[in-house]
Amino acid sequence: MAVVEALDLHRTYRTSTGVLRRRWMDVEAVRGVSFGIEQGELFGLLGPNGAGKTTTIKMLITLLIPTKGTASVLGFDVVKDAREVRRRIGYVFGGERGVYERLSGYDNLRYFAELYGVPPKEIRPRIDYLLELVGLKGREQERAEGYSRGMKQRLHIARGLLHDPPVVFLDEPTIGLDPIGARELRATIASLAEAGKTILLTTHYMFEADALCDRIAVINRGEIVAHGTPADLKRDVAKGTVVEVEVFGLPDGTADRVRALSGVVSVSVEEREQAQVLIVQTSSDAEPTHAILSNLDGANVGRISRREPTLEDVYVTLVSGE
Amino acid sequence: MRTLRLIWIGWKFHVKSLTLSSFFLLTSVLQPIIFASIAYFMFRVGAREGTLLYVALGAGMMGIWSSTLFGSGGAIQWQRWQGTLEYCIAVPPPFLLVILPLTLATATIGLYSLTATLIWGRLFFDVPLEVANPVAFVVAIPVTVVGLGLLGLILASTFIMYRNANALSNLLEYPVWLVTGLLVSLSLLPGWVGPISWALAPTWGVNALREAAIAGNPWPEIGMCLALGAVYLVIGHFTLQQFERLARERATLSLT
Repeated sequence: MAVVEALDLHRTYRTSTGVLRRRWMDVEAVRGVSFGIEQGELFGLLGPNGAGKTTTIKMLITLLIPTKGTASVLGFDVVKDAREVRRRIGYVFGGERGVYERLSGYDNLRYFAELYGVPPKEIRPRIDYLLELVGLKGREQERAEGYSRGMKQRLHIARGLLHDPPVVFLDEPTIGLDPIGARELRATIASLAEAGKTILLTTHYMFEADALCDRIAVINRGEIVAHGTPADLKRDVAKGTVVEVEVFGLPDGTADRVRALSGVVSVSVEEREQAQVLIVQTSSDAEPTHAILSNLDGANVGRISRREPTLEDVYVTLVSGE
Repeated sequence: MRTLRLIWIGWKFHVKSLTLSSFFLLTSVLQPIIFASIAYFMFRVGAREGTLLYVALGAGMMGIWSSTLFGSGGAIQWQRWQGTLEYCIAVPPPFLLVILPLTLATATIGLYSLTATLIWGRLFFDVPLEVANPVAFVVAIPVTVVGLGLLGLILASTFIMYRNANALSNLLEYPVWLVTGLLVSLSLLPGWVGPISWALAPTWGVNALREAAIAGNPWPEIGMCLALGAVYLVIGHFTLQQFERLARERATLSLT
């Protein structure tokens, strides 16, 4: 039996517009999500903003009740056995919010250690260990309002691990961190996985998922559109090659015109300093470079390169709905 | 034992957090001056029976009620804004044990308002501070704080459920001052106000303090305050359970 199991999870939000003539509408945030995470696995849930990642996590950590479907953690139902689930999980949301700003990092950890039932004698050594782990040792007596974003993020990680939970949910933990802070946090996540924790990680960063996750599910518009190991996804979804064309002053509508070319699977545009890079994923038997160049309306072209698809290319293919 | 420890640690945590708020510091300086002035001028123009201390205690209790009302509700709303509400909901203990220390802390903070109101009254308006029955007075204070804190528990539960429950707390401040006899004597109010006032702990709390101050018998009032507190605890436990579940169903725990 999987440690974390979601079966046909649905979640609909009811929202309203207008004041006097209030109109209600239902928004389906999650539409039939199913997956299982095995003991000790680091499972990635990838998707664009609004895809349903956070809603899925919130159902698994008992903060939201599913509209339909079931989910369990370590065999406990997330609705019926919410307290049993809460005892066994840690969770961390990305961003700066979620900290008692006026109090010190130590006060924050001390309070949650009590809430999570850490035995009194173990609280101090446990907090010391976690402060060391997340690199906040020596700063714990400062008020949290003076912490940088990265420090708050690390405080969240420490809070989520206070009771040494076997299952950890990390919702975009590296969002907004500087590269060094994000790298350190990724190292911490990797060490948790090595220590045998079962982890569900959501992220926007494909290289992060590629580097950390044993398996990945890509979610888009509330539905899982692909899942497997990073290697499986690259092999099965992103067939063919990727052509990158550096263009200075990309004409409007170019991406749409290139997308319509035979053999083109997906197209995206990245800004890199003064240039725009047209990233074109092609099917294995296509060679559309000449056709792409002829659609640039005479714009200045810089470097042209070909490479194997990355996980990011897989992601773009999946969430662009092509 | 574990429950008591959780309440104690939570109470200390929230008292510390509240006293580090600059908004609290500002209101804790200004409000007692305003309340002491109200007490003094009401007494002077009223020319009714009773001592100045009798009125000043009512004014001090206004501060405890305001602190409980805005503290219990405001703290929930503040936790929602700063993103800690979800973290507090998804912990293993019953939500009652998470919120109760918070509401007790806000009522305790209100004690400062009572003390400061009496001191300002003494300094500027010569309010006499002699208490006839100090033992009963000292007992009545924590009982009143606990009674109000438990009433705050019921209020807090509505803030869990509704993102805009501030309107409720704004609505409740002045009416409760009135119907519990903090501002004017209950004998001046219409008869139908009586049963409402009897159901509210501030009524019995202020009466206990007043009786202790003027050498009356405060023990029945102290008993009523405790009894009402117990009723509030049962109601609060039920409403918190229901509202927590509804909030998880309707997704009102966070701002997004």
